[in-house]
Amino acid sequence: MRQLMTGNEAIARGAWEAGVRVATAYPGTPSTEITENAARYPEIYAEWSPNEKVALEVGLGASIAGGRALVAMKHVGVNVAADPLFTAAYTGVTGGLVLVSADDPGMHSSQNEQDNRHLGRAAKIPILEPADSQEAKDFTVAAFSLSEEFDTPVMLRITTRAAHSRSLVQLGAREERPLPPYSKDARKYVMIPAYARLRHTAVEARLAALRELAETTPLNRVEWGDKSIGIVTGGVAYQYVKEALPGASVLKLGLSFPLPRRKITEFAQTVAQLYVVEELEDFWETYLRAWGLPVRGKEIFPRTGELQPETVAAALAADTGRPSRLPTSPPPAVAGAEPPARPPVLCPGCPHRGLFYVLRKMRLIVAGDIGCYTLGCLEPLNSIDTTICMGASIGAAIGMEKTRGEEFARRLVAVIGDSTFIHSGVTGLIDAVYNNAQTTLLILDNRTTGMTGHQDNPATGRTLRGEWRERQEIDLARLCRAVGVNRVTTVDPFEMELMEETLRTELAAAEPSVVISRRKCALIDREAARPPLYVDQAECTGCFRCMRLGCPCLSRREQKAAISDQCVACGLCAQVCAAGAIKTTGEAQ
Amino acid sequence: MNVKNVLIAGVGGQGTILAGRILAAVIAAAGYDLKVSEIHGMAQRGGSVVTQVRWGERVFSPIVPPGAADAVLAFEKLEALRWLPWLRPGGRMLVNDQRVDPMPVLTGAAVYPENAAALLAAAGAAVTFCDGIDLARRAGSAKAVNLVLLGLLSRHLEFSPAEWEQAIRQAGPEKYLAANLAAFRLGAI
Ligand SMILES: Cc1ncc(C[n+]2csc(CCOP(=O)(O)OP(=O)(O)O)c2C)c(N)n1
Repeated sequence: MRQLMTGNEAIARGAWEAGVRVATAYPGTPSTEITENAARYPEIYAEWSPNEKVALEVGLGASIAGGRALVAMKHVGVNVAADPLFTAAYTGVTGGLVLVSADDPGMHSSQNEQDNRHLGRAAKIPILEPADSQEAKDFTVAAFSLSEEFDTPVMLRITTRAAHSRSLVQLGAREERPLPPYSKDARKYVMIPAYARLRHTAVEARLAALRELAETTPLNRVEWGDKSIGIVTGGVAYQYVKEALPGASVLKLGLSFPLPRRKITEFAQTVAQLYVVEELEDFWETYLRAWGLPVRGKEIFPRTGELQPETVAAALAADTGRPSRLPTSPPPAVAGAEPPARPPVLCPGCPHRGLFYVLRKMRLIVAGDIGCYTLGCLEPLNSIDTTICMGASIGAAIGMEKTRGEEFARRLVAVIGDSTFIHSGVTGLIDAVYNNAQTTLLILDNRTTGMTGHQDNPATGRTLRGEWRERQEIDLARLCRAVGVNRVTTVDPFEMELMEETLRTELAAAEPSVVISRRKCALIDREAARPPLYVDQAECTGCFRCMRLGCPCLSRREQKAAISDQCVACGLCAQVCAAGAIKTTGEAQ
Repeated sequence: MNVKNVLIAGVGGQGTILAGRILAAVIAAAGYDLKVSEIHGMAQRGGSVVTQVRWGERVFSPIVPPGAADAVLAFEKLEALRWLPWLRPGGRMLVNDQRVDPMPVLTGAAVYPENAAALLAAAGAAVTFCDGIDLARRAGSAKAVNLVLLGLLSRHLEFSPAEWEQAIRQAGPEKYLAANLAAFRLGAI
């Protein structure tokens, strides 16, 4: 039976069919649903780890113990996990170990669009790249075999399009794999220099063997067609090539790294004109050029952003002089200006809103971090100075303070989400304590990992398997005190005056302080929603101070404020209204 | 058969994703090859969202190029304008007659195009407007706008009412089924 699945669902299914026992991850778009789906199979132990480094370490431990393990993360997560990854490449594996790197060309929801084929190559591990959901499943199964056969972690690289597109998948059965007896192998798993030197030699021999495999594996296939044009491609780009020039000869690389030099050279010599079509970097093209093959690539295809079928088609049509197969007649267009953009916004009732309103009002300098609260950077809240990577807010604030002094630090706060704080903020806070900074840190504890679709995390204590015990819940206030912060306060961000007052006090303190802004995310706190507020038209003065909250429920109607039925009555607008014109439905009327 | 393309565009939270899933289920049950592309993440927080659905004997690309959509089902008027260039000549633009102001309009940084209907018509698109919220309320749930619109789309596709209803039954929880079916039928006539 064939089933419609996203690439992510198919990877989870492939892992299950391959007999995987352990699946770990830290959430991150577009990888999150892989582990959410893996958790639905009772045979798989699945966890949200506190961050990607721990996720990979747990996966490697499972492998060393003899089980197959799947570890999933978004592309930037691999930066966090790079330390164990680069040495896991030396140790190799016992049970198969597959690392899914979900890259995000076009940055649909990411802070950069790095191409992780570079990381896989730098770690010297093989990389597989599926082009649809069937391949996502099949390549996952193949990756586990490769991992064990070649004693190496394997990177399965997908992109947002492959991860979030649905296509039909032929399902298979699970292959149960009994655990081998545990046997200690210190020369393989204890990476002291003397042993690591031996392993490095093994890594180089392994790469040479993988290069040979690349020549013959069905993962790399030639689809012969018209030999006047030959295209080397892979991943989703393959699909665009098939749309643009269905008759051309194609060498589809399923094994992205290492490359089959003989196979590619032979293909190149058989076709008259040779192209490489790949998303983002000129990863394959660089090899072809180094081998002296006459190839065209990034001079006609974009290096930034996601490839589109029409861009690929247009570039090929222009360069080959053959008509494009895709529509060329100008599509219908709206006369005049581009339609206004619709950027994402903080939801109605979002606990982050009141906080950013206060930060803006106080004109503070805000070292920001990554999460839903990053949306506080957009108008009208527009109150974030920096966003770099997860956890960076605290270090950045310390660096600013050490550069510009304590006076500056009295106007400076770092803001970080609960999940992000656990992921990589704790060490920054330790730096503030240890190196005597007077950092004021706001932890935006909305009791969930909101940005990626409401995953639990150590601060909620509920695991991916739905278990909760009090002792599994990390108490953020106690954690901050334990690392030496004496001043820890918890404030409800809906109490804006109290928040402002607290911040004034804490900013004045000549030592690190933490303010935990604590209120459940509006999307998970269903009980909090009440009937919409309304604007008493007689009392509204049309000052529009309420509009500075950036609430999507508030708009201007004939010089007065209006509230839409999306309102969940968080009451912030009523707090900022000087005229007292915003009321609950029960009041007055 | 050539590949058929439909875009379902709207504002995060409007239910475009469920609509796309039901359409995909209908297509899969009819035995076609298909690809459905939807983007999660940042875009869901009230931003523009689009689900792209393609089907035929063999489908390669998961995304629809501009000028190729047989139909654009827009849950909101501004989104109809945004995705208009994806419509093929002779394609259908099906629009929910609803306006949702994006933040740049609320802050005054941009102006909402008042005359969406005229702009769409002037661009030469065959446009059908539908008051989805009103019909959904009549069906018993204001939230069922997505099913009203799916009903509207069904008028222009080859699948039978029985095929649609089968997919709707499988898609949602039992307690919404009656309202969902009613909403679909109101959109389909
Ligand atoms: C290294 C890394 N891993 C994962 C992500 C994806 N990601 C962005 S923000 C975030 C967590 C947000 O949760 P939280 O800090 O609790 O803030 P919220 O969204 O709930 O406001 C995640 C997982 C990332 N950007 N970088």
